[in-house]
Amino acid sequence: MAVDMNMNILIVDDYKTMLRIIENLLKQLGFKNVFQATDGSMALRMLRENTYGLVISDWNMEPMTGLQLLKEIRADEKLKKIPFIMVTAESKVENVAAAKEAGVNNYIVKPFNAETLKQKISAVLGAF
Amino acid sequence: MTEAERLAALETNLHKRIRMANDAAQKPLSADDITDIVKQVISSLTGEITAADLKFYAELEDLAQYIRNAKEEIAAIKPKDISSSHIPHATNELDAVVGATEEATNKIMDVCDVISSLAEQCPPEIKEQLISCTTRIFEACNFQDITGQRITKVVLTLKYIDTKIEAILKALGDEIHRNENAAETKKPDDLEKALLNGPQLPQNAIDQATIDRLMSGDNG
Repeated sequence: MAVDMNMNILIVDDYKTMLRIIENLLKQLGFKNVFQATDGSMALRMLRENTYGLVISDWNMEPMTGLQLLKEIRADEKLKKIPFIMVTAESKVENVAAAKEAGVNNYIVKPFNAETLKQKISAVLGAF
Repeated sequence: MTEAERLAALETNLHKRIRMANDAAQKPLSADDITDIVKQVISSLTGEITAADLKFYAELEDLAQYIRNAKEEIAAIKPKDISSSHIPHATNELDAVVGATEEATNKIMDVCDVISSLAEQCPPEIKEQLISCTTRIFEACNFQDITGQRITKVVLTLKYIDTKIEAILKALGDEIHRNENAAETKKPDDLEKALLNGPQLPQNAIDQATIDRLMSGDNG
């Protein structure tokens, strides 16, 4: 099934420069509707108010971390199937294991490039 | 009474007196205070002072001297300055590094946005090359997030060191502050060396317009 390039993508990071980088890279890849949240709780509110086809989130944020956001999403009957990609500088084996256990679909370590982002999105949503 | 019993009694007596003095002072005793107590205990001993007693006394005196020297050395490095000046200064400098690189990164990305807009007006093959270039620049801007997080780790480490220094100062008592005040006064720095402070924090820096005014002799 072809990837819907018009779907809403929610990117979550407490660092606005990073949000800008990810949004730009997604737009370069052809995604048209990219939305931003600056922490997990803001993202959760947005997810409950609108429909999103993908969440790309940082881990280390306050007050709600990316891992907590992922757990909230997986515990919510209406949101639990949304694909979730973690994009983070946390690069220890135990981090990846914890994210995997919480139900992450893919994991990208910062710094990353557009090709890596494309590969991981393709692995989650299908080739585009 | 055997020698071992005498030593044990002496030690018990010493501990008791130090504890009482500590309770009375309600703060850590100075090396001089402890030396005085040892002298009192020794002078109160009845009978002959044995070689073991004298050795014990000498060891205690050495210990007191060691503590006194350590306190003087700690005071000489002005530990209060580390908390009140050096560490806050270092963290401010690091915050300024994060701020400056963030600002520069955003400016670079602003220019990329302009190039991307201009690319729309170019022939397809040129447009593709320009977009590829701006994408690589955006990718490279990742560094800002990583360096920011690394610097934050360093700042947290400095704050941890700061709390440990505070704890050591508290444990050593007022004597450190007294010694610190008495410690050698700062030698006058070489005037030219004192002028070399590197980049200033934004709030301390003067702008080019101010420099131009100063250069033109307008001090108002």
